[in-house]
Amino acid sequence: MCTVCGCGDGEVKIEGGAHAHRHVHADGTVHEHGHAHDHEHAHSHDGEIADAHGHAHTHADGTTHVHEHVHHGDHAHGHDHDHDHHHHHHHGDLDYGSGPARAHVPGMSQARMVQIERDILSKNDGYAAKNRAWFDEHGVFALNLVSSPGSGKTTLLVKTIEALQARLAIAVVEGDQQTANDAERIRATGAPALQINTGKGCHLDAHMVGHAMERLQPADGSLFLIENVGNLVCPAAFDLGEQHKVAILSVTEGEDKPLKYPDMFAAADVMLLNKCDLLPYLQFDADLAEANARRVNPKLTVFRVSATSGEGMADWLAWIEAGVAGQRARLADNVAALKARIADLERQLAAK
Amino acid sequence: MHEMSLAEGIIELVEDTARRENAARVGLVVLEIGQLSSVEPEALRFCFDVVTRGGIADGAALEIVVVPGAGWCMPCAATVPISERYGACPVCGSHQVQPTAGTEMRVREIAIE
Repeated sequence: MCTVCGCGDGEVKIEGGAHAHRHVHADGTVHEHGHAHDHEHAHSHDGEIADAHGHAHTHADGTTHVHEHVHHGDHAHGHDHDHDHHHHHHHGDLDYGSGPARAHVPGMSQARMVQIERDILSKNDGYAAKNRAWFDEHGVFALNLVSSPGSGKTTLLVKTIEALQARLAIAVVEGDQQTANDAERIRATGAPALQINTGKGCHLDAHMVGHAMERLQPADGSLFLIENVGNLVCPAAFDLGEQHKVAILSVTEGEDKPLKYPDMFAAADVMLLNKCDLLPYLQFDADLAEANARRVNPKLTVFRVSATSGEGMADWLAWIEAGVAGQRARLADNVAALKARIADLERQLAAK
Repeated sequence: MHEMSLAEGIIELVEDTARRENAARVGLVVLEIGQLSSVEPEALRFCFDVVTRGGIADGAALEIVVVPGAGWCMPCAATVPISERYGACPVCGSHQVQPTAGTEMRVREIAIE
């Protein structure tokens, strides 16, 4: 089942290199994965490291995929994926508790309560924290752009890239249910872009973005733009590891959208009011829209822009550049700290 | 919203725990869902039934403990009950209320056999 929306076949696809493979575990369980990546990564279970081992699969196309699994001590089962692949189990699988491999343990028949006390989104938040740490380490300024479909996100991105690309390296992740149209529009500017199709899914999650980062390899001190799936509801809850969530509201929508979809405007810390060049032809009250947004989120920074005419874009671009400068300063601090440590170690070595 | 993703998140936590405890089956899952969180409990129940089917928690009962919303009202300088994220303070009517409780979405505990 798709982990994003529970659908049977609307699978998540990341452009390029997607392939499927199948492996059989020692206990006879057969897994089929649709893999859309070709990298190494480590898994950990429950943060309690008791036993770790690595293993490698070689795919039909020759790609070798290495997993490092960290198992909890009393976890006897041989394999357990900690990330969101599509597992399609065959009939006759050995399922926990229902087959001979998980035979009933004597003395365990009495029902008992086990405390879990963990956030439902803790897995996503874990991946988001890793993404954020990577962005900070590399001085990358990452923005997660969210809005309803048709608010002008892609046009805004194209104009933003055109204005900044002479001064900044920019990479873009495009999330849509289907088609690579948006990534193609971005690529036309010359900036690298990767399309993630969420299939029937309604949002990007931190795990998908982590894969996209590995693909795009954003440069140190660059700008990383994530255009989320056009949806004012679901993306609100999923942290991707970005520095800022930017909500885009266009003046062809209603002023009361922030009140109708408060979660998104509460989660965002910047709002762009787009298509402001159309204000003279509409009944839209921009001040009311801003007031509504601030009712949900008093700390919201608002920019009124028109990606098409360019009005108001200077402030938005200046805000991005300030953000990039901040991340670059962090990178410079990291480098300075590392250099100081090396110098210190060299001094210690020289004294031996 | 995305209750199916949340249900998947719940079942992963439940299955990890059940496996670690060598459980044969899961009879009950207890969640804490804040009143201000963006979860629709009825939609979540439906999704929970779908994602548990055929697994260790097949047929498990789902208990949802609703945590009431509360916020810190700046003008009143007090904690006040609120029922919506953007709700006004019931005492002074101000919208300067910072949610302090009721935003959680957690798996509290499970009953295993």
